[in-house]
Amino acid sequence: MIRNDFQRQFRSHGSPVTRRTSLLQAVHLDASLLGGVFLLLTAGLFVLYSASGESMPMVMRQLTRIVIGLVVMMVMAQISPSSYKRWSPWLYVIGIGLLIGVLVLGTQAKGAQRWLPLPGGTRFQPSEVMKLIVPMMVSWYLAERALPPQWKPVVASCILILIPTLLIAKQPDLGTSLLIASSGIFALFLSGLRWRVIGGFAVSLIPIATGAWFLMRDYQKQRVLTFLDPERDPWGTGWNIIQSKTAIGSGGLNGKGWLNGTQAHLDFLPESHTDFIIAVLAEEFGLVGVCTLLILYFAIIGRGIYIAMNAQDTYSRLLAGSITLTFFVYIFVNIGMVSGLLPVVGVPLPFVSYGGTSIVTLFAGFGILMSVQTHRKLLSR
Amino acid sequence: MAKPATFKDHYRETRIFRFRALVATVIVLVAMLILVIRLFYLQIYQHETYRTKADSNRISKHPIAPNRGLIFDRNGVLLADNQPTYSVSIIKELAGDIDQTIESIGNLITLKEGTAKRFKKRLSQRRRPFSEVPLRYRLNEEEIAKLSVNLHNMPGVSIEASLVRSYPHKSALAHTIGYVGRINERELKKVNANNYSATEHIGKTGVERFYENQLHGQVGFQTVETNARGKITRVLDREAPTPGDNLHLYLDWATQQAAIKAIGDRRGAAIAIDPNTGGILAFASMPAFDANLFVTGIDYKSYKDLQESRARPLFNRGIQGQYPPGSTIKPIVAIAGVEKGTTNWERTIYDPGWYKLENDDHLYRDWKKYGHGMVNLSKAIMRSCDTYFYELAHNLGIDNIHDFMAPFGFGTRTNIDLVSEKPGILPSRFWKKATKSQPWYPGETLIAGIGQGYMLATPLQLAVSTAVLANRGKNIAPRMVQSIETDGYIEDLPTPEKSNDIVLTDPLNWTKAIASMEKVVHNPRGTAYKLSKGIQYKMAGKSGTAQVFTIKQDEKYDASKISEWHRDHALFIAFAPIENPKIAVAVIIENGGGGGTNAGPVARAMIDAYLLPQLANANATPSSQEKP
Repeated sequence: MIRNDFQRQFRSHGSPVTRRTSLLQAVHLDASLLGGVFLLLTAGLFVLYSASGESMPMVMRQLTRIVIGLVVMMVMAQISPSSYKRWSPWLYVIGIGLLIGVLVLGTQAKGAQRWLPLPGGTRFQPSEVMKLIVPMMVSWYLAERALPPQWKPVVASCILILIPTLLIAKQPDLGTSLLIASSGIFALFLSGLRWRVIGGFAVSLIPIATGAWFLMRDYQKQRVLTFLDPERDPWGTGWNIIQSKTAIGSGGLNGKGWLNGTQAHLDFLPESHTDFIIAVLAEEFGLVGVCTLLILYFAIIGRGIYIAMNAQDTYSRLLAGSITLTFFVYIFVNIGMVSGLLPVVGVPLPFVSYGGTSIVTLFAGFGILMSVQTHRKLLSR
Repeated sequence: MAKPATFKDHYRETRIFRFRALVATVIVLVAMLILVIRLFYLQIYQHETYRTKADSNRISKHPIAPNRGLIFDRNGVLLADNQPTYSVSIIKELAGDIDQTIESIGNLITLKEGTAKRFKKRLSQRRRPFSEVPLRYRLNEEEIAKLSVNLHNMPGVSIEASLVRSYPHKSALAHTIGYVGRINERELKKVNANNYSATEHIGKTGVERFYENQLHGQVGFQTVETNARGKITRVLDREAPTPGDNLHLYLDWATQQAAIKAIGDRRGAAIAIDPNTGGILAFASMPAFDANLFVTGIDYKSYKDLQESRARPLFNRGIQGQYPPGSTIKPIVAIAGVEKGTTNWERTIYDPGWYKLENDDHLYRDWKKYGHGMVNLSKAIMRSCDTYFYELAHNLGIDNIHDFMAPFGFGTRTNIDLVSEKPGILPSRFWKKATKSQPWYPGETLIAGIGQGYMLATPLQLAVSTAVLANRGKNIAPRMVQSIETDGYIEDLPTPEKSNDIVLTDPLNWTKAIASMEKVVHNPRGTAYKLSKGIQYKMAGKSGTAQVFTIKQDEKYDASKISEWHRDHALFIAFAPIENPKIAVAVIIENGGGGGTNAGPVARAMIDAYLLPQLANANATPSSQEKP
């Protein structure tokens, strides 16, 4: 509180000592991050055009979402990390309330209850905003504690993570709950969670996984079984993974060329424009294309980590770090799943997959990263 | 947060964070490396495997069934055609609730009890997703209309068309052209399976089976790119199928119809041959069945009814029916007698109404109780005198009869281009020894002389022998198919191998025998004189009445007293015109009674149907000039 007051005072005096300011910095945007995201979006739109069966309307719809996302990002970037920190516990409480609301009042789509109806016929997916609220909350909680965290804060953080994770897993939405859990865990990890505790977690994962098996829905069990052996049901649950591996493998080093992917264009590849879009890219642009994409992703992640490292307070650091690492989880889980390394969970490829809510959430996360980067004060350095 | 302020070591926290962030970066790097390795494995190391897999996903080689050759009569009348047939199919992946879809189809068209069950069995078999699985075949127009109107309400339901054999004349040629049916595994083993990869039907009987190779054609292929829903997106390569050859039969549809009409609802067979070529002009076996029933699969009950019918509609009487030829062989036996010097055309005997062998009390009766009186050979043929032929046969001996009749085709298959032909029996001493291990008895020679006893012939054999008689010994080989049409180019089939011509020491014997046969029809005392009423050409004929049931000595045959199934078979052979024979006919009516009155009119009707248009044509040219 004291420091915040101090900062506010400082600003009110004008800021003659700020560093060389670019226009972007003035509007709280980070040029490197923005450049990386733009490159990614451009590549993503090209792949989407191919994956959607050369559907320009689909590309336009995606573009609209991107514009909305950019606006959200810019708004998020304007808000200072200290404000986020102040709001974190309240946002968390509201978020949990919404999640409970979904389970009680939510509407169903594709067998899952993820949506909260809003007046005016629109609907809202609270689990998406929880992707940001959970790391905020954990960061807020840990920032107030002595780090590395002792036993009690660790347990408390775990509970803070588990409540939304379980609520979302119950919808059921395995992909989102996985992302939410990891965002909180990353905050814990970055805060200096002791290695032996991490080791203990790793070991305890085995009985937890076993227990989870019995809690899983049938379709989730099917996914796991199919992951272990896609050929056990090649026309049914194994179809997706067999076809996506075929798409990737047939792409070779240089790919079949843009719009020439047979797997995607002849509809062998399901969900080719959403979760499985990387297979289209791999088929049409080959290993070279995917590696280029991965390098781009890595550059963005590197910038995110750089921002986190240079953040001025613990809250900003933990929040920026966990947002960046969650972004990585998207990439790893998505590509791992499409290439058959991981079981199929509904995780989109960030900024490339077609889809509404998740892309806006991603932009919002990047808005927070930019806020952390651009609200730094020289004095603290 | 009313807790006391916790001591925070900001420097340490920053240090820890930076270290952890570095560790995280390394983990990210390693994880990305794992992804790259995985992609390298899929895209480089296993590239060939997946490329093949992707190609086999989309590229498939579909066989295309060739269109089966058509069959025409000698004047180009279409006898076997290919017609589109429609079936209703369901794509499971698009249909949603299968039971409900079947139910809604069932509300529109009739689905038999097992249909849904069989469909589900087909559905459970291994298949590509989005493939069409047929539910019911052979939709009629009303059903197609009902379904078409409602197709938009039934996702995944479609109507498929394919070409299937159709016999426009239904039962008329069921025993001649035969029919095709669904190919079975045994048949598939006999043919080149590759060539039949798209074919559903194969010739089962008759011309359809005999000429299967010519009719089938050569399978075509198309290499297509299909999408995951089985929809063809492009044709990459196409090798058109070669349609089967068309067949042109010797058959004359008008004569065939006349035969069927004349036989009516009786059981029997009637065959007409062109003596010049051996071409079959008409081939009727009655009763018959609708050949179309067998094409897409006959239902169990209909098949059982056909098979169990006492009238035996499935039985091809023309080549499988073996009947005692009766008196129809008398002209040939007469020639044999004269040739061997056993008798001559002038010699007369007295016929008291019976014949008796020495040392045997048995009376061999004439069909006429008190006999024909003084009879020479010509009268014996005209009146069909049995006594004369008992004596003649006795003097000739069975082996002479056998040796003379064999070249006419009795006792051996004619090797006509149809399947399942029976050889009949031409008995001899050797034959009886070989088959029955018994000696030949003289009495058996007597009844063989009037075409009874062991002797059996198919209607086709009778028709062939009549044609040889009409040809004055020039032999023929009976044939259904005259020419084969490939790509619009018609080529006659090579003349089949035939038996040696029969050369008599005195060719006049042909003339005299034929003159006697002419009297059968044209002499008021001939056994078939009624046939000459209103006749416009000279016709030679011979009636025959074959005993089915042996009546006791001294008992009179009374048709009304015995069961229909034990009545005599009526037979008739004929050819016309006498000087330049164009048609030879053999007719048998099972349990029909006297040959002249019952089988004769069938022969007359057939010959009329074949000759009268030709005679009218021949007369038309001069008469038109005479017009005032």
